Amino acid sequence: MNLKRNKKGNKEILAKGFIFAFLLILSLLILVPFFWMISSSLKIDNEVFTVPIQWLPNKIQWINYSKIWTVIPFATFYKNTVILSVTITLLQLLTSSFAAYGFSKLRFPGRDALFLAYIGTIAVPWQAYMIPQFIMMRSMGLTDKLVSLVLLQAFSAFGVFLLRQFYMTIPDELCEAARIDGLSEYGIFFRIMLPLSKPALASLTILTFVNTWNDYMGPFIYLSSTENKTIQLGLKMFVSLYDAQYSLIMAASVVSILPIAIVFLTLQKYFIQGIATSGMKG
Amino acid sequence: MDNNVEAIPLNKKNFSKKRNKQSRKNILTAWSFIIPNFAGFFIFTLIPIIASFILAFMKWDSFNPPKFVGISNFTKMFSDDTFRISLFNTFYYAVFVVPLSLIFSLGLAILLNKKIRGVKVFRTAIFFPYVTSLVAVAVVWNMLFHPSLGPINQFLRAIGILNPPGWTSSVSWAMPAIIITSVWRGMGYYMILYLAGLQGIPQELYEAASIDGANKWKQFWNVTIPILRPTTFFVTIMLTISSFKVFDLIQVMTNGGPGRSTNVLVYEIYNEAFVKFNFGYASAISLVLFVIVLGITIIQFKLDDNNN
Repeated sequence: MNLKRNKKGNKEILAKGFIFAFLLILSLLILVPFFWMISSSLKIDNEVFTVPIQWLPNKIQWINYSKIWTVIPFATFYKNTVILSVTITLLQLLTSSFAAYGFSKLRFPGRDALFLAYIGTIAVPWQAYMIPQFIMMRSMGLTDKLVSLVLLQAFSAFGVFLLRQFYMTIPDELCEAARIDGLSEYGIFFRIMLPLSKPALASLTILTFVNTWNDYMGPFIYLSSTENKTIQLGLKMFVSLYDAQYSLIMAASVVSILPIAIVFLTLQKYFIQGIATSGMKG
Repeated sequence: MDNNVEAIPLNKKNFSKKRNKQSRKNILTAWSFIIPNFAGFFIFTLIPIIASFILAFMKWDSFNPPKFVGISNFTKMFSDDTFRISLFNTFYYAVFVVPLSLIFSLGLAILLNKKIRGVKVFRTAIFFPYVTSLVAVAVVWNMLFHPSLGPINQFLRAIGILNPPGWTSSVSWAMPAIIITSVWRGMGYYMILYLAGLQGIPQELYEAASIDGANKWKQFWNVTIPILRPTTFFVTIMLTISSFKVFDLIQVMTNGGPGRSTNVLVYEIYNEAFVKFNFGYASAISLVLFVIVLGITIIQFKLDDNNN
């Protein structure tokens, strides 16, 4: 009996070791493109494509990272992206948390029907109605302006949905008790709901921020002049203008990813929670 | 909600008056919470959605006034070669991306659900491609896929494949290159959904199965897979919808080419609307996109119902 158990234990350790090795190799493989990106960004152009592959630069070229800011208005692209991401995220948080409270804790005629219409639109692909949206924005004279993207993305139904899911888990009795104590609905919202929903707000913040930062098609359609472009469009422009300057392209790519990588690695927990809840409780 | 009102003794007439006033106030308060988001949502999402249905039956080149043309935008599609190709390419992309992502994300989630050292680090590594900017990722893969000097083909030659594919510069290999990049980038996201599903499975189920003599393989098929059904259902729908919306990756990696080999539906919508300014025809194609997405979702719901 004892022997059998030992044998089984050994087998399990072996299996775990095998899985560990497998995951290690797989993770490294998945990260190879990023490694190649960083390594190439520190090379001279001639070293990027070589036979056989050269994994590390001969002499590290930090200068690539200062060059990219002068050959193309990268700082402007950065500024535009930061403006868009911050404004959209803030507006999204503010309006969604308000609306989510209305949809989860207050009662009024037609509430459920309205909410259904709301989330129904989440299933409609944006590409299916981007044309009327564009025509509308054009008639308002807002194309090629950052504000057009703010208006399009700050009021999404997704944020309302995510926060409502969270508010539903907060017991109604809590609000009821506060009402009896004479707190107004606004008071309940600011003093009770908001502090309780910090994790959900954190999730929505990081999801929205990363999505806006990485958004490509929206800016691609709306922003045409160089001074209005975002970092994604700027990077694409860089690639088409300097398609043989591999190391500069790679340096620009690293710089475009860096802020998101830092935000993600520090707030990863909320990011993953956000995906898990918004995904699963639908 | 009306408890505090009822607590005050009032005669009936006064009571109902006060009650009415109170409930009107309640409705106003509720709307004051909803309106900031709803106003924006109504103007910039709901109206355009309704307008897109109307626009699909119009001819509008954005210079001349729009004209109602009935279903001619839709009949035009039948003879439109590029539309047919883009429809085929979209299905081609989806048919590979959906099952491949499903299998990889489930496999990874199962491995990462075990108590192994460094699980969190592995999870971060696998998920990382999903958060990185698509343009940067597409640019790197384009370089990795470089036909003569790229690391991928150098590796393939090293293991004895003398004529490796031309990837993004070849008509028949551009789509596979995009599919590989897409699966690589997206599987971490769906893995997170699967991990959430796996963590909801009570350990006792496995213990019970093991007492009944089920080996790991049988446990996987008879416990894990059935319990993950809702997750798989959801992941499949998400994957299908996102596959039909693919645009960014293709725009940056191949621009729809070489030839029309990676021209997909959304790329075609973009082209018709914002390059050729055929707003009506483009809207009709986007309506087709919407109907396909809706149809697939309904079919999947039906299949799920039948299996239950």
